[in-house]
Amino acid sequence: MRTTLTERLAELAVAVSLWGFRILVVFVVVAGTILTIRTGKYSGEQWIDFVVFGIARGSIYALIALGYTMVYGILRMINFAHGDVFMAGAFSGYFLTAALSRSGFLDRYPIWTLLGAILIGMGVATGIAIILERVAYRPLRKAPRLVPLISAIGASFFLEYSFRGFFGPGIYAYPPVTILQGEWTLLGIGILRMQVLVAVAAFIMMAILYTIVMRTKIGKAMRAVSENKDVSALMGIDVDRIIVATFMIGAAMAGAAGVLYALMFRQVNFFMGFVPGIKAFTAAVLGGIGNIPGAMLGGITLGIFESIGPALFLDGLGITRPYQLQDAIAFIMLVMVLLFRPSGLLGERLAVKKA
Amino acid sequence: MNKKLLTILSLLVMASMILAACAPAATEAPPPPTEVMTEAPVATEVMTEEPVMTEAPTEVVTEEPAAFECTDALGCVDVAPGDPVHVAFWGVLSGADATLGQDSQYGVEIAIDDRGGTLLEHDIQLTTEDGLCTPEGGSTAATKLAVDTTIVALVGSSCSDETVGGIATLTNAGLTTISPSNTRPVLTAPDRGPDYAGYLRTAHSDAFQGKTVAEFAWNVLKVTKAATIHDGSSYAQALQQVFVDNFTALGGEVVAQEAVAKTDTDMHAVLTTVAAAGPELLYYPIFIAAGGYISAQAKEVTGLENTILMGSDGMFSPDFITAGGAATKDMYLSSPDFSLFPAGYNTFVDKYKEKYGTAPLSIFHAHAYDAANIIFAAIEKVAVVDADGTIHIGRQALRDAIYATKDFQGITGSLTCSELGDCGAPVIAVYQIVDSDPTTWNPGVNPLKVYP
Repeated sequence: MRTTLTERLAELAVAVSLWGFRILVVFVVVAGTILTIRTGKYSGEQWIDFVVFGIARGSIYALIALGYTMVYGILRMINFAHGDVFMAGAFSGYFLTAALSRSGFLDRYPIWTLLGAILIGMGVATGIAIILERVAYRPLRKAPRLVPLISAIGASFFLEYSFRGFFGPGIYAYPPVTILQGEWTLLGIGILRMQVLVAVAAFIMMAILYTIVMRTKIGKAMRAVSENKDVSALMGIDVDRIIVATFMIGAAMAGAAGVLYALMFRQVNFFMGFVPGIKAFTAAVLGGIGNIPGAMLGGITLGIFESIGPALFLDGLGITRPYQLQDAIAFIMLVMVLLFRPSGLLGERLAVKKA
Repeated sequence: MNKKLLTILSLLVMASMILAACAPAATEAPPPPTEVMTEAPVATEVMTEEPVMTEAPTEVVTEEPAAFECTDALGCVDVAPGDPVHVAFWGVLSGADATLGQDSQYGVEIAIDDRGGTLLEHDIQLTTEDGLCTPEGGSTAATKLAVDTTIVALVGSSCSDETVGGIATLTNAGLTTISPSNTRPVLTAPDRGPDYAGYLRTAHSDAFQGKTVAEFAWNVLKVTKAATIHDGSSYAQALQQVFVDNFTALGGEVVAQEAVAKTDTDMHAVLTTVAAAGPELLYYPIFIAAGGYISAQAKEVTGLENTILMGSDGMFSPDFITAGGAATKDMYLSSPDFSLFPAGYNTFVDKYKEKYGTAPLSIFHAHAYDAANIIFAAIEKVAVVDADGTIHIGRQALRDAIYATKDFQGITGSLTCSELGDCGAPVIAVYQIVDSDPTTWNPGVNPLKVYP
């Protein structure tokens, strides 16, 4: 009986501290917000800017998160090399745009160049993902769950350092694309063209993906494999083919995201996939891993919180240099969402059936 | 299946324990005060492998009467005939800031070339170790170098953070390092502590750089409201603070002091916060990658379109123009004043261009060249040469000789090391980028010297 009592006390202590944590975070957020708004440091336009910047970076996270979420949905596996597939896409797009920029093609046909860069980014990323799946993941499909995870981390390092070996540790920078510079004014708010492009592209791709998964035959097969691999195989579904297709689609998204990211931030280097990869994984978990609209919602929520959080929550509390705590805000928010909704924002189905 | 795994694992563990037991013999040498009564070779081994020994000189009784006797408090390095004199360079050699370390490494290599690759009739061997521009990386690099008992002295590190992480290990191993590019003031401050006994630098301290930048902003640009951004590195944090202190003392107002992380790419949010404070000058003495992001994105944030942008020596590289693009045009960067370097500098740059096929990648190549030459001169001064060509270098004697460097005619000026390790001649200038094409990089022309 005594052990049960201590156990109960321990449980109670954990529960109390968790609730304490939740209340503390909510209190800090509310107090910080009120104090910041009362100081009137930022104009309304600047608040809108924060949100717009957040949506732009969140769209990139969302595009990468789609790949994580799809692979997880089907294989229950975290593909940690996904961030580096993203980097590969950005690199290939760079080589095309840089070459076309030198020949003057970029200035004459900017839209074709951008389209070409995105397509080549998607193509290379897809190719790498096919090889990865064949070499690093398929032989381990029957192994315990941790084994493919380690293999994925190895694949990630392999990709990073191969690129470093081929192209060196330095920075490459995308050439400036004139049509993407400047602002568009929407409803009186100036929004950078690049950010409009990224957000629109992310939304279109998510819509296409959702249609593929929900409306097409291959999408139906994916959902079946996700439910149960063995039964789907009995039903005549070629499981290997479906898994490869999933990797391909996820990688194509990451490749496109890589090119868009590099167009927005210019710089490309071999390590660029690491941080966005981690953030996108966070976004996927936040939205409910395995859920496609969840990845999109998670990415954009994360982006907005990162962008607005330091100024809104911490500025008013008198915390200096709040932007160094940007990642802390993002991850505390993840913890909070998981405390209140353990399966993520849109992850109910998963909680019942697969978790 | 599980049994098999267990067997393999335990085998691996055993293997690693055996390796661990064998490898770092250097740190497990017998205690110093015992009288070592063995043949000569073992005795010398004890001497070189006892780095942390600070007690009175070991009494080593050898059977060979003519053998060199090491009485150095930190032990000696012995270079047998035919063996090379081993020096090392540690600094950032990968990642976005790789050019900073690469550039210094080239400086050291040219210094070696200029001696025909030999010192006291031994070849010079150069080992390099990547410090990644972080305290952790610096610590790892220092640990790797400290266990190599053949290393005589080092040039490095590149980033102040690397030194903060690694210097204790090097000093305690009896090594001495001269940094060509650390500029953080505290590294040579009076209260720097005993861990820094083995640390000197040929770079200027940022106490001078921050002051020059503040004076330029106040007197020449005539701005009254400034903002700063740093990246959490010891270099940037300290430099922007020196700037803030001096700028405030001149009568200016610092309206915002923000910070980002080194890995951040999207700076729009922090720049919006800066814009809300309405500065006329934004000073961000950080490194190439993050500096490029800030330069490019500052032009896109409402309220910062006409703000003057300024950086420092951490971004003084053509790579920074590549990273920041068209937005870097008209930006100001502070750096050592190349036009005041003695004539030898031009010859050096010609050699650099000929050997590596590029204009200098960053700004501390000349400081690295001087650092290496100070080390070589000190080795020549303290080395004891046996009849067969073996040389013995006492670690404490070498350290003392380096600290005693006086009026050394280098290519960055006439260098005298203070007892706190400052050897550099601090002459800072402000440059302005006049062309955003990185291939036009040529300090003095683009960027153009504008002050003083």
